Amino acid sequence: MADEQQVIEKPEPHEILAKGYTFGTITDQIAAVVLTKRTPLLWIVGIGTGFALLNLLLLSATLLFAKGVGIWGIRTPVMWGFAITNFVWWIGIGHAGTLISAILLLLNQKWRNSINRFAEAMTLFAVACAGMFPLLHMGRPWLFYWLFPYPNSTTVQPNFRSPLVWDVFAVSTYATVSALFWFVGLIPDLGTLRDRAKNSFAKYAYGMLAMGWRGSARHWSVYETATLLLAGMSTPLVLSVHTVVSFDFTIAIVPGWHSTFFPPYFVAGAIYSGFAMVLALAIPLRASYGLEGIITARHLDNCAKVMLATGMIVAYAYIMEVFMSWYSGSVYEQQAFWNRMTGPYSTQYWFLVTCNIVSPNLLWFKSFRSKPALLFLSSIIVLIGMWLERYMIIVSSLAQDYVPSSWSLFHATRWDWATYWGTIGLFLFLFFLFVRLLPMISIFEVRTLLPQAKVRQEVKR
Amino acid sequence: MSESPKKLDLAAVRARLEGARGREYWRSLEDLASAPGFRDLINREFPQQAIGWSEDENSDEGRRNFLKLMGASLALGGLAACTKQPAEYILPYAKQPEELIPGRPLFFATATTLHGVAHGVLAESHEGRPTKIEGNPDHPATLGACDAFSQASVLQLYDPDRSQAATFEGELRNWGAFFGALREALGAQAAKKGAGIRILTETVTSPSVADQMRQIQALYPAMKWHQWEPAGPHSARAGASQAFGQPTNTYYDFTNADAIVSLDADFLASGAGSLRYARQFSARRKVRGSDNTMSRLYVVEPMPTPTGSKADHRLPLRAGDVEEFAWALATALGAANGPKSGDNNDIYKWIGAIARDLQNHKGASVVIAGEYQPPMVHALAHVMNASLGNVGKTVFYTDPIEASPADQVASLQDLVKDLDAGAVDLLLVLGGNPVFNAPVEIGMRDRIQKAKLRAHLSLFADETSEFCQWHLPEAHYLETWGDARAFDGTVTIQQPLIEPLYGGRSMLQVLNMLTDKPLSTPYEIVKGYWAGQHKGADFEAWWRKSVHDGLVAGSALPAKTPAIRGGAIAAPAGTRRLGGTLEVIFRPDPTIYDGRFANNGWLQELPKPITKVTWDNTAIMSEFDARRLGLPIVDTLNYQADGVPMVELTYQGRTLRAPVLVQPGHANGAVTLHLGYGRTKAGRAGTGVGFNPYGLRMAQALWHDVGLVAKQASGTYQLATAQNEHVLDTRRHIYRHADLAEYKKNPEAPHEGAETPPPELTLYPGFDYSKGYAWGMAIDLTSCTGCAACVVACQAENNIAVVGKDQVRRSRDLHWLRVDTYYSGDPNNPGVYNQPVPCMQCENAPCELVCPVQATNHSAEGLNDMVYNRCVGTRYCSNNCPYKVRRFNFYLFSDFDTPSLKLLRNPDVSVRSRGVMEKCTYCVQRINEAKIDSERENRKVRDGDIKTACQATCPADAIVFGDINDPNSRVSKMKAEKLNYGMLADLNTRPRTTYLASLRNPNPEIEG
Repeated sequence: MADEQQVIEKPEPHEILAKGYTFGTITDQIAAVVLTKRTPLLWIVGIGTGFALLNLLLLSATLLFAKGVGIWGIRTPVMWGFAITNFVWWIGIGHAGTLISAILLLLNQKWRNSINRFAEAMTLFAVACAGMFPLLHMGRPWLFYWLFPYPNSTTVQPNFRSPLVWDVFAVSTYATVSALFWFVGLIPDLGTLRDRAKNSFAKYAYGMLAMGWRGSARHWSVYETATLLLAGMSTPLVLSVHTVVSFDFTIAIVPGWHSTFFPPYFVAGAIYSGFAMVLALAIPLRASYGLEGIITARHLDNCAKVMLATGMIVAYAYIMEVFMSWYSGSVYEQQAFWNRMTGPYSTQYWFLVTCNIVSPNLLWFKSFRSKPALLFLSSIIVLIGMWLERYMIIVSSLAQDYVPSSWSLFHATRWDWATYWGTIGLFLFLFFLFVRLLPMISIFEVRTLLPQAKVRQEVKR
Repeated sequence: MSESPKKLDLAAVRARLEGARGREYWRSLEDLASAPGFRDLINREFPQQAIGWSEDENSDEGRRNFLKLMGASLALGGLAACTKQPAEYILPYAKQPEELIPGRPLFFATATTLHGVAHGVLAESHEGRPTKIEGNPDHPATLGACDAFSQASVLQLYDPDRSQAATFEGELRNWGAFFGALREALGAQAAKKGAGIRILTETVTSPSVADQMRQIQALYPAMKWHQWEPAGPHSARAGASQAFGQPTNTYYDFTNADAIVSLDADFLASGAGSLRYARQFSARRKVRGSDNTMSRLYVVEPMPTPTGSKADHRLPLRAGDVEEFAWALATALGAANGPKSGDNNDIYKWIGAIARDLQNHKGASVVIAGEYQPPMVHALAHVMNASLGNVGKTVFYTDPIEASPADQVASLQDLVKDLDAGAVDLLLVLGGNPVFNAPVEIGMRDRIQKAKLRAHLSLFADETSEFCQWHLPEAHYLETWGDARAFDGTVTIQQPLIEPLYGGRSMLQVLNMLTDKPLSTPYEIVKGYWAGQHKGADFEAWWRKSVHDGLVAGSALPAKTPAIRGGAIAAPAGTRRLGGTLEVIFRPDPTIYDGRFANNGWLQELPKPITKVTWDNTAIMSEFDARRLGLPIVDTLNYQADGVPMVELTYQGRTLRAPVLVQPGHANGAVTLHLGYGRTKAGRAGTGVGFNPYGLRMAQALWHDVGLVAKQASGTYQLATAQNEHVLDTRRHIYRHADLAEYKKNPEAPHEGAETPPPELTLYPGFDYSKGYAWGMAIDLTSCTGCAACVVACQAENNIAVVGKDQVRRSRDLHWLRVDTYYSGDPNNPGVYNQPVPCMQCENAPCELVCPVQATNHSAEGLNDMVYNRCVGTRYCSNNCPYKVRRFNFYLFSDFDTPSLKLLRNPDVSVRSRGVMEKCTYCVQRINEAKIDSERENRKVRDGDIKTACQATCPADAIVFGDINDPNSRVSKMKAEKLNYGMLADLNTRPRTTYLASLRNPNPEIEG
């Protein structure tokens, strides 16, 4: 931190931007992360870990393609294991970014301006990780394109009754819109970086990406329209993508899957885990890059509140799930939940209940919410809990379904873990690359938070 | 160049290399390299074409000639294309062999044998390749059904580990060399009248072999023929002699048997005639419409068997207690004078009721003694049957079917005595594996080496081959001529379907080498023998008919009524005090038998009836004993995580470590060990699998004895069970059953509490299946014994891959058809329920809905078709299949590389690659074949034209397939029965496969 002057004061808890910032210092501080500042240790450790794990992913994927999905622990009743668990988990994590960038934009929540950029990046990378799993988990992945409706000589089309085909559309739409939204939002900042870069290669690269952004009034007007439109398009995706993902389960007749309240339950869970990930990323980043003035305690507090709210929805869903299984009168449903709570997976079940229902109740306390270290811990717990939730839904429901003679328990192999950690590596690697190469906080949007930016409105009023 | 001392060319070397396997391969290579001929071969790089290039310039084949020829080759190179090919005639199908239509299989009648006894079968041949075994409907022993062993024998034929060449002390030799060595040894014997010749075979029923033995005996009067069959009916033989004073063969007829008592006899699933018995027994127990009577079966046995699972009353007793039970029953029947009560009240609790039931059905009852029960039990059974007037009605006696019905234990001990005395100059072991399976105290491994010249003829170079100088590759029964007798003496002439793959020869041929016409072909031997039996001008026609039909008409041995010998059961048994020690029980393994099928992947992977263990044997005991030994009781669902405990078994000073399987219904105080595992030289599938109970088995206690000491051993063991053990969940209505009386009162009794939703409760429009065919299947659970022959039949028919123990442990076996076993009631003596589960071919198939690429679809005839080529392997269909009948290729499980296994494949069924889902198709290839035939003849498919593989093989006739649009088809009639139900029909899947609820007919006099 020695290479920059500390002009700002410590922000008050309720502020979303510390006092003392000017347009110039905001730009300086954020752009410096990319252009001039010394790389902090966190970055080196982060990308190093990410790269190592990414290689593990490559290794396990190579083995997977060479030998087949048999290297995983899946088996006859439990045909989906880690792969689909990870898929749902990653997709869910992505949801927070879209929620922050789209819904909060439409709701004019100004505090989002400081966190939306990296949250969107997180979405994008989470979707990239998620998107790998449907491909990896296929028995014959080289034929993945058969899931797309493309004109072909056999005239055989995908089965539009299958939720997996819906998934293809939902996830690919989501990935496309998220990428567009993120990139469009980056353009003004890329212009800034282009203008401030000293290195000619950086100048050239940012210049290409900025697509001729000059910051003219006309550019801004088009930009605002495009952002609003994209926000409008993204908003339903926040709800629809995880709804469709939940259809993978609800359409099936497996006891423990077949239920009508999965869509809201999944969406709430997605946002829950997504905000946990936002916190898990923001807290170390702001600390190591000295960004406490821009990502303030207020941000953390707000994220924690969203987590608490969605966590309570999830808790309600758990309770309803158990109630409905009893109320259904179906022996299969009843036994599925009984097995979940008391059977071979009961340890994981009660652990996930602890993670997802019991532990977030600490967030009711303001004193808890105001301690970043505790929030970080809490968000990691929620991430683990939400992963376990998907694991529980998928594995325990499949392991013991209708015909007891076919029951068998899933046991994860080392390659299950390798693939999972590998995608975490991919995520970390991409995320830290992003942190190093692009402004992780939207410069121009944060600048609108300054009192100076409000002059016109105040005059108007 | 100097003449090379031995002519060695590439072909010969290749043959040598091909013949060698595994460890020997390397040994042979060294051998080869050190042989002078081989060095010479290496020097000459192209031994066949190029002329040798030696330093000796004077030779004709010298360098000069080489250069001359090179020049000529260059000059004439262009002309070579015009070389006239020699006239050699190949056989295109343009000149079609008679009756052979490419693409259509031919069926040839032959017979498989197990301990010498024939099962008449039809072997399916596709363009000269036998691919599948079906039962021969004309044969009395099979009646069209088939057992797992016969089904799997085609895999044995193509087993890549079969021995492929004759060897002498590990070195490759040819048959000529063996013949030379044999004649030399025989020459030395001529003077001593063959006193040094010993022939050791397994049980022989073959009339031709018997004839040859007579010829050899005539030439060498002092020669001795010994037989050893580790799992043969030794006690039955001795018991018959004890009862009648002469060797006698017994068989049964269950057509009119109303009350049956099995004294530890698994007559429905093992032993000669079991296929016929299962058919007759199940026919007597099918309840259809007004025909609602059933026979009643009482079973007394230590280890639950398929027969025990069908019992109306099953009494678990230690094997040694069965004798006391037999005495008590005979006493109650007034046929013997034994004790009326004893220490063990279990033995006596039902005696009165059973005896009354038997007496009410005089002449229509059977008492069967198990093959592994001591002679006294057999004698008592004979006495009881005689007193009940069953002889000639349900029980039949004939002369023995064995060519030499001698006491085999005594015979083996006699051989050992001679071996010890050094009297054996030439020992021919023809078939069998005595080093592995002879009683342990005999020490055959060391004893056999006392014979001066030893030769072993067998399909595999096994443990016995290792200790014989000569190993000779045996011809598989599908490769050669032969004959054998069935349970009633009916003779089948075995005909070959294929040339011996590896130049193997049959026992007949080897025996023939000892006779004065040593070089006859097996065809000449068998036909020659029968020409001597059936004299007359019509021999040729008779022969053709006998070979074609698969049996020699009228060759069944005539029934006789031997009188019970006075004093047959005079020796009173008294009550045997088994005391606190454990009993050890030896039984042949349900799938690999005495070990001979150890290298057969189909049988290794076949879940054993009742226990569902694959690829292993276990020390099977009751939960009571396991707890008493302080063993942890592992939940079967956690087998993979926890493993099962190990136990150390000590019997007569010998010890064995084995994994423990806790079996509900196993008698307390006993440990059952299945023989055949622990092979050390079986092949890639069988070597080192399981543990070897032969290591405890002594001649004095071939089948059971007390005095076993068991204690927990360290470590755990990973078992591969195909199914976890499950208590029948009555709320799920998966397996429905009722008592006959209950059902007669209320035909809805089996279905009480089950619901069937209205069929219109679905989002999707229905499909009109009423036009054309609508295929369906009905499975009668009353008939099914759970013998699992159908599973192997399905595997053979549908090219189902073997996945291996590790993959079975991960529940990745590929069997399209499985037999589920459930238990209900008292864990010490539960009801055992077997349920075969193929694909249900649901009309509202949950799997079809969720496949993203439409790889599984419904046909207009109601089949749930699986399109392998379209499958991308998301496995969603399997998740959504409530019956879990879909099987996934997690790896490349099918063997695409081994050449011999390619011959095995059914050409009408795709071989699945990795990453695709597969499942039961109702044998769609058979359906289409029948449809094509019917269309050509402009008619509809007739009921019974199509038999699925499982249906065709089912001994109990439990599975019926057909057109449910035809109200007169057998399957429609079965589905119209009140017993009919769909498994999980409450999910509105509308399964095409339905079940007929299982009925039992308990004796109202007996509680529980």
